[in-house]
Amino acid sequence: MQFWLTQTLNSLTLGALLLLLSSGFALIFGLMRIANLAHGALFMTGAYVAASAMRANLGFMTAVVLAIVVTAAAGALIERLILRALKSNGQAQVLATLGLSFIAGDVCLMIWGGDPIPVSPPAWLQSPINMLGFSFPSYRIAVLFFAVVVAIALFLVIERTTLGARIRAGVDDMPMARAVGIRASRLFTGVFALGALLAGLGGAMGGPMLSAYPGLDGDMLPLALIVVILGGVGSLAGTYLASFLIGFVYTFGNALVPDLAYVVLFLPMILVLAFRPQGLMGAQA
Amino acid sequence: MKTLLPWALLASLALMPVCVNEYYVNLASQILIAVVLASSLNLLVGYGGLTSLGHAAYLGVSAYAVVLLTVRLGLGHVAAITLSLLLTTLVGAVFGWIALRASGLRFLMLTLALSQVLWGLGYRLTSVTNGDNGLSGLTRPKVLGVDFEESNAFFWLTLVVTMLVLVVVARVVHSPFGAALRGTKDQPRRMGSLGYDVWAIRWSSFVLASVLAGVAGLMYAYFHKYVHPSVMSITASAEILLSVIAGGAGSIAGPVVGAALVMLLKNYVSGYVERWNALLGVVFVFIVLVMPEGIVPGVRRRWLAWRQGRRTPPSETQPLRRLQKEKQA
Repeated sequence: MQFWLTQTLNSLTLGALLLLLSSGFALIFGLMRIANLAHGALFMTGAYVAASAMRANLGFMTAVVLAIVVTAAAGALIERLILRALKSNGQAQVLATLGLSFIAGDVCLMIWGGDPIPVSPPAWLQSPINMLGFSFPSYRIAVLFFAVVVAIALFLVIERTTLGARIRAGVDDMPMARAVGIRASRLFTGVFALGALLAGLGGAMGGPMLSAYPGLDGDMLPLALIVVILGGVGSLAGTYLASFLIGFVYTFGNALVPDLAYVVLFLPMILVLAFRPQGLMGAQA
Repeated sequence: MKTLLPWALLASLALMPVCVNEYYVNLASQILIAVVLASSLNLLVGYGGLTSLGHAAYLGVSAYAVVLLTVRLGLGHVAAITLSLLLTTLVGAVFGWIALRASGLRFLMLTLALSQVLWGLGYRLTSVTNGDNGLSGLTRPKVLGVDFEESNAFFWLTLVVTMLVLVVVARVVHSPFGAALRGTKDQPRRMGSLGYDVWAIRWSSFVLASVLAGVAGLMYAYFHKYVHPSVMSITASAEILLSVIAGGAGSIAGPVVGAALVMLLKNYVSGYVERWNALLGVVFVFIVLVMPEGIVPGVRRRWLAWRQGRRTPPSETQPLRRLQKEKQA
């Protein structure tokens, strides 16, 4: 019983991390149509920055804030300096961001070395919660709640506010959006930075669960890709649903058939693509 | 005559073992293997407009298959090679079917994700693949008194196979099928209304590209006599794609030049610099920003412009210039 409960909680918390990671990816890929292959690298950067801030005894909150400031700034720079010059060319953007992720991976390896850096959760979330005779790690539960709150807030901003409407207008028809006075260029940099920030936030929050290690980027990027494609490109709600679905599939796959965990991970995506190519909640193409 | 010149140049490589020592002969073999791999991907990227970021997977499948079949199951080389190519065809057919459910960037992401499945199996399914330790034990055969354990013999074999693959690619590209494939790249909807089965054309070229990558995988396995999961990593797939795009996608010579450059860079520079990945990344960003059309078309365009005594005309495929023009307009 404890096994199933623990694995369920692990699935939910992995789902929560994927929620942060993939909602950022959904903004950049789903909304802005930029295939940012540096998204996993941004997640890893967030984890590393938070880990070293924790090491320097700056406290967990400061560490998280530092991580998201760094990743958001990195995102804004990438968008302004590189992607802006490749506006019309999706393939070039893929290659450029892939190149950036290679550079980032090696820079992280150079700064933080090859050994994983364990991160401890903040002191006030270290003791487990005891409920109904079972004990749950309180940090994981906190992450779950936090991620859900962030996801709901993001959904409301994109779907219900004028800012969200401006973003959607800029994506749908940039010249028209500009004609009605939307500062599309600045807005796009902002959205890309927000997407990068969410990846960094995921990395910083994920540190205590996954620890920061070289190759974390390569582990997370495919997960983000699967989640967004499974949920339906362009659908935030679909991305949220798919995050938890993949959280469960990956956790239980790893626990029950460790040898084949990767194959199991891709099964739902393959099934969905076979019968619903636009993804679970994607609009009909 | 003009078109025969590059082939003659390539054939003249056969003299290499006479001129240089064994180290360079082996390096040349590795470059030729990379050329085969890049040329197979070029079918998709250059002619079909299908950017695949998981092409190393097919090299991995056939390399693993041939080692497993000969070493674990004790099959003969001919049987093992045939079965490996069949398996690669099958994997290419299935993966192509899945990936081609989507198009454009989603296609790219799917090929990446699918190759990660195989990479994950390479690492995790230790009972079969021996995980991170890799698989060794393959020996090169002796055919009609020629011992392929010898570097020169293996190089000549590799050269013959490479030229055969290039001939196949050139024939396919210049056939009616190749014309249809280019058509699906530029005008998929029009091709559809003309009665062409766009999906079937794309899928067939995907399978063909996987098989040719499988040929590269066989040569890779026999060259190194060892195979490790990293041959199927994202980095490996990215290297191939970089070779194609740096050299110039959509020409026969482009990937040949690109693959040679990437391999030489990797071999020489990684001797001095520890961080091959970062350098690869820098090259990526540089190529994309400065020479997005690739080296071969870029140089050819400049050469033609120079012969005509004019200044370099702006290229259609240069996004930077186009963007500047739009800004001025």
